[in-house]
Amino acid sequence: MSFENELEKGQFYLPECISCKKWVWPPSEFCDRCNGKTSLKKEEFEGKIIEFSKQNDNYFCIVEFYDSIRIIANMTTCPKKDQIVKILKCGINDGGYFFHII
Amino acid sequence: MSEVGIIAYGASPFTKEDHKIESMLHKSTNDLFKKNPDINKNEIDAVLVSTNNNSKYLSPVLSEMAGIKPKIAHSIESLCNSGTNSIVSAFSYISSGLADMVLVTGAERYDSPGQILEWDNSRGEFKHPIFWASIFSKSYKREYGISDEQLAIVSVKNHKQAKENPNALSKKTYTVEDVMNSKKLTDDLRLLNCSRPCTGSASILLASKEVAEKYTDMPIWITGIGQKTTSAGFTKNTSLTSMESTAIAGQSALKMSNRNISEIDVAEVHDAFSVCEPMILESLGFTNPGEGVNMAQKLHEENNFMVNPRGGLIGSGHPLGATGISQTIEIVQQLQKTAENRQTNNPKTGLVHNMSAAATSSTVLVLEK
Ligand SMILES: [Zn+2]
Repeated sequence: MSFENELEKGQFYLPECISCKKWVWPPSEFCDRCNGKTSLKKEEFEGKIIEFSKQNDNYFCIVEFYDSIRIIANMTTCPKKDQIVKILKCGINDGGYFFHII
Repeated sequence: MSEVGIIAYGASPFTKEDHKIESMLHKSTNDLFKKNPDINKNEIDAVLVSTNNNSKYLSPVLSEMAGIKPKIAHSIESLCNSGTNSIVSAFSYISSGLADMVLVTGAERYDSPGQILEWDNSRGEFKHPIFWASIFSKSYKREYGISDEQLAIVSVKNHKQAKENPNALSKKTYTVEDVMNSKKLTDDLRLLNCSRPCTGSASILLASKEVAEKYTDMPIWITGIGQKTTSAGFTKNTSLTSMESTAIAGQSALKMSNRNISEIDVAEVHDAFSVCEPMILESLGFTNPGEGVNMAQKLHEENNFMVNPRGGLIGSGHPLGATGISQTIEIVQQLQKTAENRQTNNPKTGLVHNMSAAATSSTVLVLEK
């Protein structure tokens, strides 16, 4: 999947449906609304912190993009609810995704 | 639709012991037949196995070990609510006429692969259930001004109730201070706020009305079933302070049974973590949003075992594939008035709530005498 190819290179590009323009998440080749093909939007996305908690020195936050896509991301500084953040670092480790925000 | 009743059950203790999944499945099944020697195994049309274990062909394996030659034999997996999903399948086989008697056995080992949903990459590095539980706890506390001490009461209550359940993993009672001082897992979750994975099994036998009445004068009828799956991934939950799948499944089950939530006398609900119990009580409509903790506290103070009499998942332990079946057995015992020290006051209608993966899927059953 091209999302994972980009993620592996440290790029966070979100898939959008070519036909109906829906943001598709989790990343997929096909749109879950109209079944059309998706393509990656290559831009820098801003997300909003919906909720967070903390383990040891790391915060883990639910971050929302475009009012629909949500991920859990790592943050080292103290987050605030509704704070606008960007992906600082992301990738795939042992088959699983990771996201760090700032 | 033909009526479906629960006519027998069997169980194993929930422990941290290392046993093969096949032995565990056989343990509760054997207990069921030992307790009910009149059951004719030749009449069992289907054997359904509920587990997240990766071993294959477990229903034919169990059938052979238990001396059953069923027409229908297969496994059912849906993470933590595999158990009630299996009961719903058994109900469907019987009510469709494909089967008259169905054995449902659930089992799990302490090291179950069902604890982590590897597919859910939206959770990033935070795939362990303690992370969704922490997020739910933080959000719930924020929304309703609830303290960690208040949430701890759920755990105190359920460990206390589990002490009266001879099969429960927990053998101890705890105070709010004990919960607050237990190992800190995250800023919003302590070890004693959590249910623990364990090794255990549970079996029930379901039958059509005609067959049920031949074997027992105390069948317990499944009068309501509701199920809803809203997603697989945790981050698709639109609310972090209530459970949409639980609310919808609860409404469907009550509608099917023609009952109102106020008519439910006793309930087993899926308290995977302390915060889950108030969220579930509210989502099912037992109480208003934000008041689930007060309800749990009041029940605890009055020593009323109405919610999670067997100790819930927190007190009993959580062998994933066996949990929903064990919950159902507890409600059967409550309605048959054989729950001994856990017995609630003359219950007529009971409810089982079993869910998976941060409430992305819920099953609710209504049981009646
Ligand atoms: Zn589309």
